[in-house]
Amino acid sequence: MKAEGKVFRFGDNIDTDVIIPARYLTTFDPEQLRVHCMEDIDPTFIQRVSGGDIIVAGKNFGCGSSREHAPIAIKAAGVSCVIAESFARIFYRNSINIGMAIVESKEASEKIREGDRVSVDFDTGLITNHTKGESYQSVPFPAFIQDIIRGGGLMASISEKGVRA
Amino acid sequence: MGMTMSQKILARKAGLAHVAKGQLIEVPLDGVLGNDVTTPPAVAEFKKHGFTKVFDKDRVFITLDHFTPNKDIQAATQCKACREFAGEQAITHFYDIGEVGIEHALLPEKGLVIPGDVVIGADSHTCTYGALGAFSTGVGSTDMAAGMASGKAWFKVPEAIQFRLTGKLNKWVSGKDVILHIIGMIGVDGALYKSMEFTGEGVASLAMDDRFTIANMAIEAGGKNGIFPVDEQTIAYVDGRTSREYSVFEADSDAEYEAVYEIDLSAIQPTVAFPSLPENTRTPGQWGEVKVDQVIIGSCTNGRISDLAVAAEIMEGKKVAKGLRCIVIPATQAVYMEALQKGYLETFIKAGAAVSTPTCGPCLGGHMGILAEGETAVSTTNRNFVGRMGHTKSGVYLASPAVAAASAIAGKLATPDQV
Repeated sequence: MKAEGKVFRFGDNIDTDVIIPARYLTTFDPEQLRVHCMEDIDPTFIQRVSGGDIIVAGKNFGCGSSREHAPIAIKAAGVSCVIAESFARIFYRNSINIGMAIVESKEASEKIREGDRVSVDFDTGLITNHTKGESYQSVPFPAFIQDIIRGGGLMASISEKGVRA
Repeated sequence: MGMTMSQKILARKAGLAHVAKGQLIEVPLDGVLGNDVTTPPAVAEFKKHGFTKVFDKDRVFITLDHFTPNKDIQAATQCKACREFAGEQAITHFYDIGEVGIEHALLPEKGLVIPGDVVIGADSHTCTYGALGAFSTGVGSTDMAAGMASGKAWFKVPEAIQFRLTGKLNKWVSGKDVILHIIGMIGVDGALYKSMEFTGEGVASLAMDDRFTIANMAIEAGGKNGIFPVDEQTIAYVDGRTSREYSVFEADSDAEYEAVYEIDLSAIQPTVAFPSLPENTRTPGQWGEVKVDQVIIGSCTNGRISDLAVAAEIMEGKKVAKGLRCIVIPATQAVYMEALQKGYLETFIKAGAAVSTPTCGPCLGGHMGILAEGETAVSTTNRNFVGRMGHTKSGVYLASPAVAAASAIAGKLATPDQV
């Protein structure tokens, strides 16, 4: 599983209110949400981002609300992966659950710049910065989480196991 | 090695003799909660994967509290979808307009969460129920769907930070000041992925409402959950509200904590989080002149009867400052009724404040008090990120009900002894 694209940089504590403001939570349709992704921090983001692009951020990305609309908006905007120094725990869990790839790497967060061309190998955890000719090693997901992602998200993996209420 | 209180609850529920931090476990759930914003995507996922019946119609809780009473056509459509699902599944604890309150004030009031429970909720402030000695944590809509389908959730066992409380709060200082002080001290990711366990002789001096407020904001420090030990006050609160048997867990004396903080409650001052992070805290000597356009008294953090009682005591016989909009939102119908009977609502109305039906409303920038460009609000809510309550160029100052009420009278950020 791999991702490759150009980088959009954000700082620390990017919270769910800037990722998708609450005034748009009257829908969970990805096509309606994507248009407002990052609107309150960068209204040009959605015009500049293309499929496969990568967000790189600092600490505590996705802090604030449990709204799953946040990773849904980012994924629907075409972002293939979010790399951050650290993630807020509900956002991290939600991203895995909907199959949006996320990677934690302090080094990558410190060294990657806006506009760099970056690729990520999720099986090995290796992040490659093609613009700077550098690479950074992140810890790949634990097997349990890889199973959920490989299975297409949490719901798919539990219906596979034949859970009945 | 001994377990923390949170670890003990998880271990017992998972049917394990012992759990260690970082261990991945699957746990049966005592409750799965959702609201009008988070339930529709959960229902869509539930049905998309072929599930037709929730695991237990008595253990799924749906509260229509965020964008209600229906704030627009889309919100009305979401509420309708929740209502239809609740009807089809015969959900016992479905709360609609006229009965509904803000979820994290309503569920404890109704005795739906009790000591020893494991509860997930599709709302970040689900951590509130830790005040009752339960393990409760916020999740997204997919986890809610999976919980409704299977009655289980997976967890990575958290390690804990211990907050040892001593002393007792001074007049006008409350649980809100304590938790803002803590978030200011450790930062918005200071408890990332961890349990925040509040212990010590100071716990006994905290009323249940203060404990709900403190546990409610564990997520603002990045915490997985916040939790209090069960004592006579907890038992007095729970008795009569539930017919289920509860379980009391205590941390082992040799439990290990990632950090231990000593908190002297008597040293806590009124604390306000300035825009735009909950960790941006200041005490009165650092406030300066802050002109205020709007005051909100309410929310899952501070909309309970003792919060309204404090506000009413400060506002009794006084008037809201000219040009300032003060909006009071009791968190549940029971709180509303008690405030009515005790004369608090009369005090608020005579002071020139507006009183609303229970709703989350302005807290998340939904409705019932949105801010225009350049406006400031002092609010008893829980988050003040950019754009939280309205325009991106508006500012929210998080405060206790005492400071919010005093500020409403003064027209600027103030403490009760200044009005």
